[in-house]
Amino acid sequence: MNKMEETLIPKIGVITDVRIDTPDIKTFRVVTPDGKKAFDHRPGQCAMLSIPGVGEAMFSITSSPTNTEYMEFSIKKCGCVTEWLHQAEVGQQITIRGPYGNPFPVDDVFAGKNLLFIAGGVGLAPLRSVINYCRHYRDRYGDIDIVYGSRSKDDLLDYKEIIEEWSNDAGVNVHLTIDNPQEGWDGHVGFVPNFVKELGFDTNKTAVLCGPPIMIKFTLEGLISLGFDKTQVYTTLELRMKCGVGKCGRCNVGSKYVCKDGPVFRCDELEELPDEY
Amino acid sequence: MRKVSLDSINKVFAKISESNKLYLPVDGSDGVAVYTEWSEGKEWSNALNTVRSPKDFFFPQMENLMEFKTSGKNIELVDIRDEKEDFVIFGVRACDVRSFDILDRVFLSDPVDSFYASRREHGIIVSVACSKPSETCFCKTFGIDAANPDGDVTAWKTEDSVYFVANTEKGEAFMKKIEDLTEECDDSAVTAQKERIAKIMEKLPLADLSTDAFGGGKTDTFFNAPEWDELSQTCLGCGTCTFVCPTCQCYDIKDFNTGNGVIRYRCWDSCMYSEFTKMAHGNNRLSQKERFRQRFMHKLVYYPENNEGIFGCVGCGRCLAKCPISMNIVKVMKKIGGNKSE
Repeated sequence: MNKMEETLIPKIGVITDVRIDTPDIKTFRVVTPDGKKAFDHRPGQCAMLSIPGVGEAMFSITSSPTNTEYMEFSIKKCGCVTEWLHQAEVGQQITIRGPYGNPFPVDDVFAGKNLLFIAGGVGLAPLRSVINYCRHYRDRYGDIDIVYGSRSKDDLLDYKEIIEEWSNDAGVNVHLTIDNPQEGWDGHVGFVPNFVKELGFDTNKTAVLCGPPIMIKFTLEGLISLGFDKTQVYTTLELRMKCGVGKCGRCNVGSKYVCKDGPVFRCDELEELPDEY
Repeated sequence: MRKVSLDSINKVFAKISESNKLYLPVDGSDGVAVYTEWSEGKEWSNALNTVRSPKDFFFPQMENLMEFKTSGKNIELVDIRDEKEDFVIFGVRACDVRSFDILDRVFLSDPVDSFYASRREHGIIVSVACSKPSETCFCKTFGIDAANPDGDVTAWKTEDSVYFVANTEKGEAFMKKIEDLTEECDDSAVTAQKERIAKIMEKLPLADLSTDAFGGGKTDTFFNAPEWDELSQTCLGCGTCTFVCPTCQCYDIKDFNTGNGVIRYRCWDSCMYSEFTKMAHGNNRLSQKERFRQRFMHKLVYYPENNEGIFGCVGCGRCLAKCPISMNIVKVMKKIGGNKSE
């Protein structure tokens, strides 16, 4: 019998590497059992990962599409599925399906623009995909500024990559901050929204924001006070999802489904949605 | 148009049952009409409608999606989808027939839900006109004609006969099967019934209920309406409305450990439940008011916005009959939409 393709039926994936990033975030490398990338994706898209018997949940794909060998997911331990994943070892099989959602408009809107990435905590995970995509195609974009903050130095995700790779790229400026003073940290101390205002960016940029809802709210206000228009600012949302394709009803906000109409939204588009995200 | 005398309708059922499973409303021992597989001795119910909607036929309350066998770190996935056989749902009312169209727009839109699609493909719908619409009926509000329902075959039941017209290829095939049991006839009895039904519809208490205030693009108009507080105040969050609703289609996907494997299944869920949107890091609809509002905004504004103005309600009246606190979409439409016909 020739069976119809069914999006709810996943592929098998294998965890081939587990990197401990912070006390509660690990980055998992996933391929298919025959060692290939499970599927192609665009920066900002997501995938459903599951452990049979535990549950399925949506995660942003943190690796860049330019990585054709594997996918990476930076996952914070905070619920059933994530707790289980954090105990998983290399060689563990999981299930994977996707890609889901709309990507960041890297090839049209972002092309030729100066880019400002602003992330808080594990909010860097979805942005890393875009940042590395733009670094890969460096000549297609203008200057790149990256503002990233976390609770402490130990909570900064991808710290090694930021220091050893991003900071050394021509035309890429990295601005790090942590919430409270800490021994061995001589960088900036303070919350991301204030840091953005202190840095006082020129408005000739397209901004991409991701972090806790409260950080997004205040950072957006900060950008607007600097003269940015909401049409220049993109963000990516996270709501509970089950199907990933706009049918199960869970991530419905207004007439949009975050899984298929998002997770990437321009901030003026968000304004048209009821305040339920 | 063809007809069969009511005395012989069981012969029609028997004939159909020879080749297909046939489901129709049958009164249970508790007097409640339930879609039941026909067999000799089962009688077609005279009830206006079933308490549960026929959405189960295409979107079952629970269905297994796939199985996993795990050993050590390895997972084996088993695709358990099987080939479905044609089946007939007989006696579907106009409101419920429309509900299939509303569900189709969700499950058959890209990417197609193959579980739903295969059931839909194999289902043959024989609708029947409502000769006695009740006071909780308001299908007319949504442009549905109770006297002339859609479906593969439309039937009209009078005091002595059942009349049939095929509307689709599937319907033609159905009529072919019962050709020997039915006879060609004119449409005078059906025309008379249609006129009678139209007159009843006009006099129903909800005949004036209007959708004019609602539709796509009205989120700003209604989302922050102060009336939601009062309307939702007594809502228990029991979810009865969503379970009896023929168009509610929200679902959950869960895993069940069988002891030697895992079954991943889908089951109905409800936006009225507090856990529906609850995530590890928070819940974007914390109050019952927000959840209550979501259900009605979805049917009256969000769904039509995404579906060419078609509302996510068919006016079947099940929620009016079953809500334990007597709250329902009619009260919401009147209060929020400013319809003062009450």
